[in-house]
Amino acid sequence: MSDNHEHHHHEETFITKYVFSTDHKMIAKQFLITAMVMGVIAILMSVFFRMQLAWPAEGYPILEAFLGKWAPDGVMDPNIYLALVTIHGTIMVFFVLTGGLSGTFFNLLIPLQIGARDMASGFLNMLSYWFFFVSSVVMVISLFVTSGPAAAGWTIYPPLSALPQAMPGSGLGMTLWLVSMSLFIVSALLGGLNYIVTILNLRTKGMSMTRLPLTMWAFLVTAILGVLSFPVLLSAALLLIFDRGFGTAFYLSDIMIQGEMLSQTGGSPVLFQHLFWFLGHPEVYIVLLPALGITSEVVSTSSRKPIFGYRAMVGSILAIGFLSFIVWGHHMFMTGMNPFLGSVFTFTTLLIAIPSAVKVFNYLTTLWKGNIQFTPAMLFSIGLVSTFISGGLTGLILGDSALDINVHDTYFVVAHFHIVMGLSAIFGMFAGIYHWFPKMYGKMMNKNLGYVHFWITFISAYGVFYPMHFVGLAGVPRRYYSNTAFPMFDGLVEINELITVFAILGAVAQIFFFFNFFYSIYRGKDAPQNPWRSNTLEWTTPTHDRIHGNWPGEIPSVHRWAYDYSKPGADEDFVPQIVPLKEGEDEH
Amino acid sequence: MTTFLSFLIITLTVIGLVQIVRIIELATKLKGPQDKIITDQDNRYNALAMLIVGLGFTAFVAYSFKLWGHLILPDPVSVHGEGIKLLWDTTMVLILVTFFITQTLLFVFTYKYRGKEGNTALFQTHNNKLELLWTSVPAVVLTGLILFGLSTWNNTMVPDTTNAKIVEVYAQQFNWTARYAGDDNQLGRAHYTLIGGVNTLGVDINDSTSFDDKVVREIHLPVNQQVLMKFRSQDVIHSAYLPHFNVQMNCVPGMSTQFAFTPTKTTKEMREDPEMIERMKIINEARAKRGDSPVDFDFVLLCNKICGSAHYNMQIKVIVETQEEYDAWLEEQETFKTLVSAN
Repeated sequence: MSDNHEHHHHEETFITKYVFSTDHKMIAKQFLITAMVMGVIAILMSVFFRMQLAWPAEGYPILEAFLGKWAPDGVMDPNIYLALVTIHGTIMVFFVLTGGLSGTFFNLLIPLQIGARDMASGFLNMLSYWFFFVSSVVMVISLFVTSGPAAAGWTIYPPLSALPQAMPGSGLGMTLWLVSMSLFIVSALLGGLNYIVTILNLRTKGMSMTRLPLTMWAFLVTAILGVLSFPVLLSAALLLIFDRGFGTAFYLSDIMIQGEMLSQTGGSPVLFQHLFWFLGHPEVYIVLLPALGITSEVVSTSSRKPIFGYRAMVGSILAIGFLSFIVWGHHMFMTGMNPFLGSVFTFTTLLIAIPSAVKVFNYLTTLWKGNIQFTPAMLFSIGLVSTFISGGLTGLILGDSALDINVHDTYFVVAHFHIVMGLSAIFGMFAGIYHWFPKMYGKMMNKNLGYVHFWITFISAYGVFYPMHFVGLAGVPRRYYSNTAFPMFDGLVEINELITVFAILGAVAQIFFFFNFFYSIYRGKDAPQNPWRSNTLEWTTPTHDRIHGNWPGEIPSVHRWAYDYSKPGADEDFVPQIVPLKEGEDEH
Repeated sequence: MTTFLSFLIITLTVIGLVQIVRIIELATKLKGPQDKIITDQDNRYNALAMLIVGLGFTAFVAYSFKLWGHLILPDPVSVHGEGIKLLWDTTMVLILVTFFITQTLLFVFTYKYRGKEGNTALFQTHNNKLELLWTSVPAVVLTGLILFGLSTWNNTMVPDTTNAKIVEVYAQQFNWTARYAGDDNQLGRAHYTLIGGVNTLGVDINDSTSFDDKVVREIHLPVNQQVLMKFRSQDVIHSAYLPHFNVQMNCVPGMSTQFAFTPTKTTKEMREDPEMIERMKIINEARAKRGDSPVDFDFVLLCNKICGSAHYNMQIKVIVETQEEYDAWLEEQETFKTLVSAN
C-alpha cells in the first residue's frame, strides 16, 4: 500500500463494497452487526433462564413461544436450561466479546490510529470475517436441532460433552458447537496475525512504539495472546472430536454410562481442562484488554488530560498479558491436582492484582483535576473502572486456593466473572461504539438516548450481579436448573426474584441502544470532523467521503504522542498527533 | 393473542421513541446552532447522578451485609475450616477497605472535576514517586496475603491422616453412594468392569479387604474424628461439595481424589444453635408459602459440577453424631460380604 495508490479508486460493486469487502472499515461494521445479532440472542436466553430461577415451575406463554416443545406449557425442561446457559456463555464470551469487540475495533482502529491505508492483508481480513460469519451461522443452526444445542456448559468438560448418552445436548448439538468453534478459532487466528503484523510494520512516519495510543498497545497484546492460545483450544477441540467420533481415549477412562461399559481406558478428563484453560484464561484478558485500551483513550480524551503514567499503563498491559499465561490452573483447584501445583497457581494468580491495581490508580489520577466531559462513552468508561474494581477485588478470594474451596463453581464465581469480565468488557464495547460511531457512519448518535441507556444499564448491571455474591456465599452451585431441591436454599427466593427483575430491566434498556444505533445511521445528525476534539489520527480522515485507503492524500506523519491534552502553551486544549512540536516544546 | 399484543407493544414503543427523538431534535434546532456537543448542563446532571448512584451503591454494599448477611453460610464446622475462616476474614477486610476507598475516589473525582466552560485540566503525565508507591504497597500486601493463603492451603490439603477413618464417596448420574472401610480401615479394590447386580460400585469380591466394607446411602460421621474421603465417579465429572465443612473435591472417572477433614459439630448441636433456629424459621416460612412441609436442619453433600439434567438434585444426606451413635449406626449396616452372598 504505497502512497502512489492514493487515488486508486477501483469501481466497487455492491458485492465488493458491502459483502466481500476488503476495506477494514466495512469489515469492522460487519463484525459489529453480526455480534449485535448474536448478542440479542444471548440476552434473550439469559432473561429466559433468569425467569426459570426466579419463578420455577410457573408456565410462561413466552417461553413456549420461543422454546416450543422444550418448554411444554411454558415450563422449561432441565436439559434446555443447561443448553441456554451454555449457549449464552459461548455467545457472550466468543461471539460478542471476542469476535464482536476485537473484530470491530481492531479492524476499525488499527489502520486509522497507526496511519495505514488498510490491514497488512485485506484478503485475510475479509476471510477472517467470513469464517466468523459462518461460525455464527453454525452456532445458530445448532439451536434448532432436535436433541437441542450443546448443554455441557461453555467449558464443555468431557466426559459429559464427549458422550451422547450423558445428555441430549452432547449429540448433534455438541458436534455443531465444536465445528462452529473450530471455524471461530480460524477466524480469530487470521485476524490476530493480521493485527500483529499491521501494528508492527505499517505504522506511519513518526509513529514509534512509544507514541502508540494505549488502544494500540492493548490491541497488540490481545492479538498476541490470541495467536498463542487459540491453537491450543483448537487442539483440545480436535481431540474431543476424535474421542466423540473415532473411539480414541484422550479424555476418557473407566466409564460406565447408562448401563453401557465403555472400552476406553487411560485417558484423562483433566487433560482437557488443562488445554481448555490454557486458552480459557488468556481469553479472559483477550476480552478485557481491548476494553481497557478503549477506555484509556476515552478517559483521557473526555477528561481533557493526558492518560496518567503512560509507560506504567503499557507495562501493566504487558505484565497482565504475560501473567495470563501462567494462571490457568486456578480454574482447576478442585480437580484433585497436586496441592503443590495449586500453591504455584495461587501465587501467580494473586500477582495479577499488582498491575491491575496500577491501572486503576492511573485511571483515578487521570480523572483528578480533569475537565470531564460526560459523553455517553465517558459514562461507560467510568462504569468500567467501577466494575473492574468491584469484580477484580473478589478475584483475591477466588484466586486464593484455600478460599476457593467453598466458593468454587458457586454463584460467587458467576458474580465475579460477570462483573470483572462481562460488564467491564461490554461497557468498554459500548464506550467504543458511542465514541467511534461518528467515525464509522459519519453521523452522531443521540446523546440523550445514550444517557438513558447508560443509567438503566449501569444500575441494573449491579442490581443483577451484586446480590449474586450472596447467593454464592449461601452455597448455591452454578448451573442448577432450580434451587428448590434443597431446603437450605429456600431462603433465597426473594433475592433471586430481585436479580431477575433487574435482568429484565437491563435487557429492556438495550432497546434504547439498538434503536439509537440504527436510527442514527439513517437519521442521525452529521458528525463534525473531530467531535470529541481528540488527538489520534483517525480523526484526520474524511468523515463523509470515506474511502478505501483512508486518507485521500498522503498519509500524515506523526510528531508527538496521543495525549497532549490541556498542554500549557498550546492554542487549544488538544494537540493532534500530526501537529509538529513547536520550537522548544518538550515532547511530554 | 399475547404474541400479537407483545408485538403491538414493541411496535408502539419503537414508534414512540422515534417521535420523542424527533421532538428533541426539532427543539434543539429551534434553540439555534450549538457548537458544543456536550454542554455544561449535561456535565452537571451526569456528574451529580454519578455521585448519587455511585456513592449510593457503595453505601448499599456496606448495608447489604446487614440486609443479606443471614443468607451467608454459617461459620464452617470443621477444623481446617476455622483456619480458612481467618484467611477469609482478613481478605474480606482488605477487599472492603480497598473497595470503599477506590470507589469513593472514583465517584467523588468524577463529580468534582466535571467539565465547565472555561476550565482547564491539569497537564500531568506521570509521577514516579506516586507510581512507585502504589505499585509497591499492593506488592507488599499481596506478598503477605499469598504467604497466609499458601500456609492455609497446605494445612488444609496435606494434613496428617494416619488416624483418619476412610470413607469412599462414589458419584454417578444422579446420585451418591458411600462405602465405609470397615474394621480394617481399608477399602477393597474396585474397578468399573466389576460393576453388576448388587455390586453397584464395582468392588473386587476376591480382595479380602473388601469383605467388611459397608455400602450405604447416607453418610454418617463421628464428631471430632478425622475422616479421609476418597472420591470416584462412574460416568462424568461430578464434584462433592460439603458447604458447611468447607470441603469440595471433583470426582473424576478413571481417577481417585481425596479430601480429609474433621467435623466439629453434630447435626443435633447445629439444630439447637439459636442462630440456626432463626435461619430455619425463615426457610420454613418460605416453604410454607410454597406449600411444602417444614424441615429441620441437615448437613448435605451436593454435586457442584455440571453433570446432566438432574444435576440440580444430586444430593446425599450427611449426619454428624457422637462416636457412640455412629458406632451403633455402623454396626447395623450390612457388610459387603453378606450383601454379595445373600444375592
